[in-house]
Amino acid sequence: MTERIKRLINKEDDCCQDTIKPGAGTLHKIEVFTDKNKFSLGLAAAALLIALPFILGDQYLLTVIVKIGAYAILAMGLNILTGYTGLVSLGHAGFVAIGAYTASLLSVRLGADFFTATLAGMVVAGLVGVVLGLPTLKVTGTYLSIITLGFGEIIKMIAMNWATVTNGTLGVKNIPKPSLFGFDMTVGNFGMYYLMLALVIITAVFCLMVVKSKTGRAFQAIRADEMASTMMGINITAYKILAFVISACICALGGSLYATVIGYIDPNTFNFDVSTLILSIVILGGMGTIRGMFVGAAILIAFPEVSRFLMEYRFVLYGVILVIMMRFRPQGILGWKSTLPYKLNKRVREEIEKTEAKETAGD
Amino acid sequence: MLIQQVFNGLALGMGYALIAVGYSLVFGILRLVNFSHGSIYAFGAEMAMVFIGFRFGIIPGIIAAMILTGVLGICIDKVALEPLRKKKSMPIASLITTIGISNIVTQLLIVFLGSEKRNFPALFDFGSVQIGHIAVSSTQIMMCVVSLILMTVLVLIVYKTKIGLAMRAGEQNSRAACMMGINVNFVISFTFFLAGVSATIAGVLVGSYYQIVYPNMGYMAGLKAFAAAVLGGIGSLPGALLGGLIVGVSESMAATFLGSTYRDSIAFIILIIVLIVRPHGLFGRKGITKV
Repeated sequence: MTERIKRLINKEDDCCQDTIKPGAGTLHKIEVFTDKNKFSLGLAAAALLIALPFILGDQYLLTVIVKIGAYAILAMGLNILTGYTGLVSLGHAGFVAIGAYTASLLSVRLGADFFTATLAGMVVAGLVGVVLGLPTLKVTGTYLSIITLGFGEIIKMIAMNWATVTNGTLGVKNIPKPSLFGFDMTVGNFGMYYLMLALVIITAVFCLMVVKSKTGRAFQAIRADEMASTMMGINITAYKILAFVISACICALGGSLYATVIGYIDPNTFNFDVSTLILSIVILGGMGTIRGMFVGAAILIAFPEVSRFLMEYRFVLYGVILVIMMRFRPQGILGWKSTLPYKLNKRVREEIEKTEAKETAGD
Repeated sequence: MLIQQVFNGLALGMGYALIAVGYSLVFGILRLVNFSHGSIYAFGAEMAMVFIGFRFGIIPGIIAAMILTGVLGICIDKVALEPLRKKKSMPIASLITTIGISNIVTQLLIVFLGSEKRNFPALFDFGSVQIGHIAVSSTQIMMCVVSLILMTVLVLIVYKTKIGLAMRAGEQNSRAACMMGINVNFVISFTFFLAGVSATIAGVLVGSYYQIVYPNMGYMAGLKAFAAAVLGGIGSLPGALLGGLIVGVSESMAATFLGSTYRDSIAFIILIIVLIVRPHGLFGRKGITKV
């Protein structure tokens, strides 16, 4: 029986190899190359990332890079919901706002340190995520997107009107920089950059773990076909709400990081444009991929900065990018299907080898 | 006071209803939330102002703006959305495309006309009528009258003409409509044209009501009108009218009794409640999923 599984897997590989389009050949070569040199390439990337602030040494560039990191976190958060579970949210700025406001108010008013405050923000956002996830019981598709849109606007309204807590339209000023063991992290001493790097890596690893787990497979099953996944015994309501919660927590983390980088937030920091920006990053990079989030964030955040020479036309180009991308590469820049053969995970492989050994012993 | 606010709200709501019709028409036929509609509305209002500024008469100016905005709608469909339909890409691709287009239109308006608020001539200001304690300005009356006429015309087009029949056929099943010899792409373009025209009229009415236009005016108005369309049941014309009126009245109530900062959000609160209690809006048809 195991032979058959193996043969099946190999056969699938073969037919994959056969059907690869000529253009995808280079992609396959690149993938094989990166797979072979995984370790050395990873080492080089790590070295580059660690040395980056010393190479650049420029405050302005570093601020942009930290912002890119913050948006990459936000995009990874939305990606769990939109990319993997297939629920399109147009109000994720609401979760970003909850995270940013909770964290910065706790640190400004109660003097909580960054990490506790961020955790608190994530918890609050997670709870709100449960509440926002509940309508998924009744509403699907476009209507769900509309509810999330309304949610984003309502969060903004609460931030504006609950002036005794949130300071209303004046916003929260002088958000303290995070500090660890008495070391204040600012953009100047590169602390902020390394904090961003650590948070991005933690988030990416967490997302990867979620996606590779049973939960992640359930999410992807829901994206593919809700009805079929119900038939397979997946509790789709519970998993949808879980997707909302995970997504909300990650976005709150990104929001808290963003607030402390910029040092000032007001209700208009988190308007509909931010929601669409996050969604655009996810789609530009490639829905349902994690690598795409970094590229998407880098392009869309850096674009207004590098194209200052275009004056006010650069905001027009932002729309043009979206339209052209949707027209010619809707799966996103890095949204390809892997051409490498599917790898069974270690436990399954061991299991197969064990039963195989047993079978041969039986013969 | 209360009745006064109801009247103010009704006039405002008529404006929202006219924008909401545009969302409804397009959603009905394409199942697509056209996020560029808010910017089309702003474009219509700005163009009306520009053309009225040319001094060849107010009515020809408005008509020119209507046609230009309708053509813009057709261009958006032909350039950006039709290729996506031909490729049968996923619905979210069209959604993102309309967000991108909204950005392009608004930013181009800012580039060419400037982002500042400009005075719009008060076109229908002939004083106001006093009924008891209630003052109703002629602008408000005109808004109601023009909107109602336009709504009637739209309903007549959709339900009594041949192209309206084609629109409804395309709405039910575009493949079958295509086989019956209906040029579905033409019908869709016509829908975008109608949406653009009604948005321009809304822009002119609201612009002359507040006597102000600016490129970003479509953002909030678009979202609220969209809420109105969903509230009434997106895809339904009477629903758009009723939704617009509900949003307008509740907004002016909220502005008076809760404070002006709440006015922008009341529409969304109502929207969420309605969607949770009755997901397909007041007049919407229930979608049935077949396995």
